[in-house]
Amino acid sequence: MNQTAHTAVHRDDLASKTGMWLFLYTEMLLFGTLFVVYSVYRYRNSQAFHLAAEELDVAIGTINTIILLISSATIAMSITAIQLKNKKLALGLLAVTVICGLVFLVNKYFEWGHHIHEGLYPGSEILRQRGYGDVMFYGLYYFMTGVHALHIIIGLTFIGFVVYYIIKDDIKHDDFVLHENSGLYWHLVDLIWIFLFPLFYLIT
Amino acid sequence: MQETHTEPDYLAYQGKHKGIFAWILSTDHKRIGLLYLFSFLLFFSVAATLGVLMKFELIAPGKTVMDPQTYNAMFTIHGIIMIFAIVIPGLPAVFGNFFLPILIGAKDVAFPRLNLLSWYLYTTGVIFVLVAIFAGEGAPDTGWTFYAPYSFRTAGNMLPAVLGAFILGFSTIITGINFIVTMHRMRAPGMTWTKMPLFPWSLYATGWIQLLATPVIGITLLLIVAEKLFNIGFFDPTLGGDPVLYQHLFWTYSHPAVYIMILPAMGAISEIISTLSHKTVFGYKFMIGSMLGIAIVGYFVWGHHMFTSGMSNVSMYTFSLLTFMVAIPSAIKVFNWISTMHKGSIDLRTPFYWALGFVFVFMIGGFTGLMLGSLAADIHLHNTHFVVGHFHYIVFGGTGFAFFGAMHYWYPKITGRMYDERWANIGLTIFFIGFNLLYGLMLWLGYEGMPRRYFDYDESFHLGNIYSTMGSWIMYAGLGIIIINLLVSLKNKRLAPANPWGGSTLEWTIPSPPPVENFDEIPTITKKVYHYE
Repeated sequence: MNQTAHTAVHRDDLASKTGMWLFLYTEMLLFGTLFVVYSVYRYRNSQAFHLAAEELDVAIGTINTIILLISSATIAMSITAIQLKNKKLALGLLAVTVICGLVFLVNKYFEWGHHIHEGLYPGSEILRQRGYGDVMFYGLYYFMTGVHALHIIIGLTFIGFVVYYIIKDDIKHDDFVLHENSGLYWHLVDLIWIFLFPLFYLIT
Repeated sequence: MQETHTEPDYLAYQGKHKGIFAWILSTDHKRIGLLYLFSFLLFFSVAATLGVLMKFELIAPGKTVMDPQTYNAMFTIHGIIMIFAIVIPGLPAVFGNFFLPILIGAKDVAFPRLNLLSWYLYTTGVIFVLVAIFAGEGAPDTGWTFYAPYSFRTAGNMLPAVLGAFILGFSTIITGINFIVTMHRMRAPGMTWTKMPLFPWSLYATGWIQLLATPVIGITLLLIVAEKLFNIGFFDPTLGGDPVLYQHLFWTYSHPAVYIMILPAMGAISEIISTLSHKTVFGYKFMIGSMLGIAIVGYFVWGHHMFTSGMSNVSMYTFSLLTFMVAIPSAIKVFNWISTMHKGSIDLRTPFYWALGFVFVFMIGGFTGLMLGSLAADIHLHNTHFVVGHFHYIVFGGTGFAFFGAMHYWYPKITGRMYDERWANIGLTIFFIGFNLLYGLMLWLGYEGMPRRYFDYDESFHLGNIYSTMGSWIMYAGLGIIIINLLVSLKNKRLAPANPWGGSTLEWTIPSPPPVENFDEIPTITKKVYHYE
């Protein structure tokens, strides 16, 4: 009996899902820590945070929120599709998810680019002259949306693998836990954004 | 027993890879446990040697062998390696990997490949830390705590060290997830939660702390990286940031991390004491409850590291009270260990001596912890060697004694051979004397007011430091004897029987060393845990 057989005999979907949920807890604490940092500095610089938040473009934020919600819906539907043995539909829905994720990143790129062009980035002289509150607001804005964007990229990579495995028929109607776990991860990334959006764009 | 067995044992087993690859590509939980063990041996030797060198510097006031900057770098590297690369992965990585599946009657952990990945992450993390020492502007010099704003202002090579600690955190999280899922999904039929031995239980409690605390340090270290690279300013007072906030975030993880270190130690000690007293653990359910209690309350005491950093009075009282509360479950455990021995038929073997040593040093560490937890005393003691003595009593005394105890307890099972008990006992005695001389005197010197983190001190502390430094040599010699004895015994002719101590947990029902798949047939558990006639 060789090593690969040793690991392959054992398949436990519930274990994999439990593991994923536990991992999601760690993600929540990761962002939870950032929310704590945000609350501390918002409390100390409420006026500056109020004014700085008004500079962000609510329209792009709203569009990005809608895009992520759609992408979450399509990945959930693709999991149902694979269970119903509809491989083509599952792949199509995943493609929509991936496109949504990419569009989100492109929007984010232009948004960041716009602010950086205005000289509003960590360490810039303009930001420093505007005072502590603005330094903190934009610091948090870049760091939190940056870490979130990193998660989008990781999520897209996962989904890329899922697409590959579906094409290879490694993920199919009776073996789709990887697909489901990627979905869970993607929903979390979406959920984090649901909190980031009001914190930076809406609460002014 | 060995002969009747059809499967090869895990050491003799030949997979598709040969030589070293049979180890570093193996997903067998037993081999991964040993990979960790030998990594520890290597890094522990380095970090312990640094410790001895620091003590040598302190043998006399003024410069003895190194300048201040070297001393700063040494205690930083000593701290980073010892904390992040040895005691935090510590017992779970070695004995958890090796024995958790066996103790719950499983063939492996839930995610064997993830388990191997965690060792690779661990190795990568340590390499980052080592790069920090030898490359760039000079070794890190902030202390293992990376306190802001110094950590992003110093010329020292902080970036790789911080990233290394971040990667080591990932390794911890993966191990934690793996163990929790393993215990939820893979216990043998009949092994209910209240029939599970205490070492797995301690890993369960630890797993949750690893899971819920480590992400906080992860993101905090990334924030330090962002401070260094992009001047983001969260912890930089000149940009409106708050360095004390860094301390809060850091200790939100790093205090629970102390329980990541000590809980598995407590679990292993419970196994040793029960087996060698041939008696069921006294207050088994209270033992579980107290471990979970420590894990939960331990999450809310981080502020006691910051009594001198500036905090409101209300927070100080609250953190102080909560700190005292952790002492309750810890004391329950000590009482239960003693009660387990009471009227047992005690077999005075080497692991038992280690367990006794553990209880002794753990109590000193615990009581000095209470002194530091009381507000008035802490103001005086906080920046002195008293703190250094205290946490070495807990971290090295607690986790270290339990680690060596577990090593001597499970050695016959892991290697299939007995070790020389006489040399083991001699090593332990020398180690114990050196340990108490070294750290006991630190407590006294600190109480007298000798500050920590300086390469120099006032002439009035000279005498105590001479004896403390001599203690470090004695302890180092003891460690040498213990480790060499264990290594030499690998060639010992005396083969270990399946159950050398007369234990009742599952690992003693299978041959020594265990076969690749642990069990021919997954056992069904009918008796209660720790059953002795």
